Amino acid sequence: MKLHSKALLIAASLVLGACADPGRFGGPGAAGGGPGIGGTAADPASAAYFRQTVGDRVLFAVDQHVLSPEAMAVLDAQARWLLDNPEYAAIIEGHADERGTSAYNLALSGRRANSVIEYLIGRGVAPERLRALPLGKERPIALCSEESCYAQNRRAVTVLRAGGLS
Amino acid sequence: MRPTRQIAAVLALLVAALSALAAAAQEGRGPLRIEITEGVIEPLPVAVPDFIAETPEAADYARAVSRVIASDLVGTGLFREIPPEAYISGITSFSAPVRFSDWKAISAQALIVGAARLGDDGRLEVKFRLFDVFAGAPLGEGLRFSAAPGSWRRIAHKVADAVYARITGESGYFDSRVVFVSESGPKGDRRKRLAIMDYDGANLAFLTDDSTLVMAPRFSPDGDRVLYTSFETGFPQVFLLDIATGARRSLEIPAEAMSFAPRFAPDGETVLLSLQKNGNTDIYRTTVSGGRLQRLTSSPSIETAPSFSPDGRRIVFESDRSGSQQLYVMDADGGEAVRISFGKGRYGTPVWSPRGDLIAFTKQANGRFHIGVMRTDGSEERLLTASFLDEGPTWSPNGRVIMFTRESRGVDGTRALYSVDITGRNLRRVPTEQGASDPAWSPLQQ
Repeated sequence: MKLHSKALLIAASLVLGACADPGRFGGPGAAGGGPGIGGTAADPASAAYFRQTVGDRVLFAVDQHVLSPEAMAVLDAQARWLLDNPEYAAIIEGHADERGTSAYNLALSGRRANSVIEYLIGRGVAPERLRALPLGKERPIALCSEESCYAQNRRAVTVLRAGGLS
Repeated sequence: MRPTRQIAAVLALLVAALSALAAAAQEGRGPLRIEITEGVIEPLPVAVPDFIAETPEAADYARAVSRVIASDLVGTGLFREIPPEAYISGITSFSAPVRFSDWKAISAQALIVGAARLGDDGRLEVKFRLFDVFAGAPLGEGLRFSAAPGSWRRIAHKVADAVYARITGESGYFDSRVVFVSESGPKGDRRKRLAIMDYDGANLAFLTDDSTLVMAPRFSPDGDRVLYTSFETGFPQVFLLDIATGARRSLEIPAEAMSFAPRFAPDGETVLLSLQKNGNTDIYRTTVSGGRLQRLTSSPSIETAPSFSPDGRRIVFESDRSGSQQLYVMDADGGEAVRISFGKGRYGTPVWSPRGDLIAFTKQANGRFHIGVMRTDGSEERLLTASFLDEGPTWSPNGRVIMFTRESRGVDGTRALYSVDITGRNLRRVPTEQGASDPAWSPLQQ
């Protein structure tokens, strides 16, 4: 049973690798967890559980990449989950709000993603399971032009990949 | 796709004798002259009667060419067109003597007379003369251009460039193109593709599809290639694209680094870009042909958006090493950088003017965004625009106009291209059918 589900996961990751990667940064279904993997949130080993129960994102203050205590608590839980579920790797997407210039925000969002990666590595997650993807202000999740939305957009999202990073 | 080679500009000796022309042109310098630097409050009245069709098939071209010329000139804010309804006498022949009194009576200061014909070889020929109405004399020699009929807009832009140059004493910018990012889709899931168009929005063509994010295209000095950032591999990486063939390839950058914010050097071979490794962004220099990567900055802060001076000897860039985004200048091979921005607020996306005299930038202060210019030592800062979000200036080939991205606020916010004079006057939206961002203005085409 375990073997069987693993084979399915690997098949899914191949599909992802073939076509869904560019789609994530230009195609439909940009934000949130990766399409094709998930399962139900009731299964603690599922990506859906990771997103909904563990928490897949941390938020940052304006122009900052320093992790808040709340962010560290989320990342502690992420690290534990990743250690319990070694078949998953993760892309750490960095994001910025729209109140900045494009290139700077791309750099800033990479710095945020790296803060998350360094923290997770510090909690024992193997570096080769993690990779940063800076997305600057290209993929806001909240669309209003108010601080309430900007606060949600200044984020780093841990997006699981079944089968590792290639 | 490369009309450049097809256009041959031919100096034609027209009606009057050379010596008489030269003398008249000298005299004409008096009234018919615009000093751009002083900022023009009152645009110069110009009459652009429909060009004469010297062969029947050329009729549509003749009219269309004169319309584009008028549009180019009026679009600068330096000219206003006298409406044809006001004309007292028409132009019925290219070589007939001009009745200056009729044009003077309707206050036209400049008069452009032209003709178009389709030659036996199928090429479109356009000739024109520019008259200084108050001097009652031609301003400069007549010129003749010929090209494939499909390039009629370029011919019109060439004529307008010549008129602009004679009246302002500076080179024009109409026969140029803009590469930019065309945008569609909702704000949270923008589809982006590289596009190219004439500076006035005509002749739109797409250079990539919208399957992956693309950012910040930049022209080569010859205008034949484009550097840009693509997420084609899943991660940001600098690509080189040949406009004529559409062929593209990534620059050779070590796999562990992400690359973005590229810019050509004046030599068309050297490239500046930002590399991000382990969260740290610095500026590097390399070449399009896979040369050695040379690191130009090394600090734990963000260094990005580099731009060469036109002589290739210095680089302006942005860094937050002081705690906030500011502008710095360093030598072309790195070394100590000198901060040049000291006003209140954050400064980014510096671009050196093609004339070498100014640096354009984006400024963020008090919740507003501005496009501004300063001298290369940071003095004489002037803000040209203010809005919810203006960013990413690019210079017209003659260094007199700046194009940039303006984004509107809110859930339905969209991006569009705008242009503004370096005097701060003549703010205009550049027409694009879809959303548009990240413009880069080409050099004047040859």
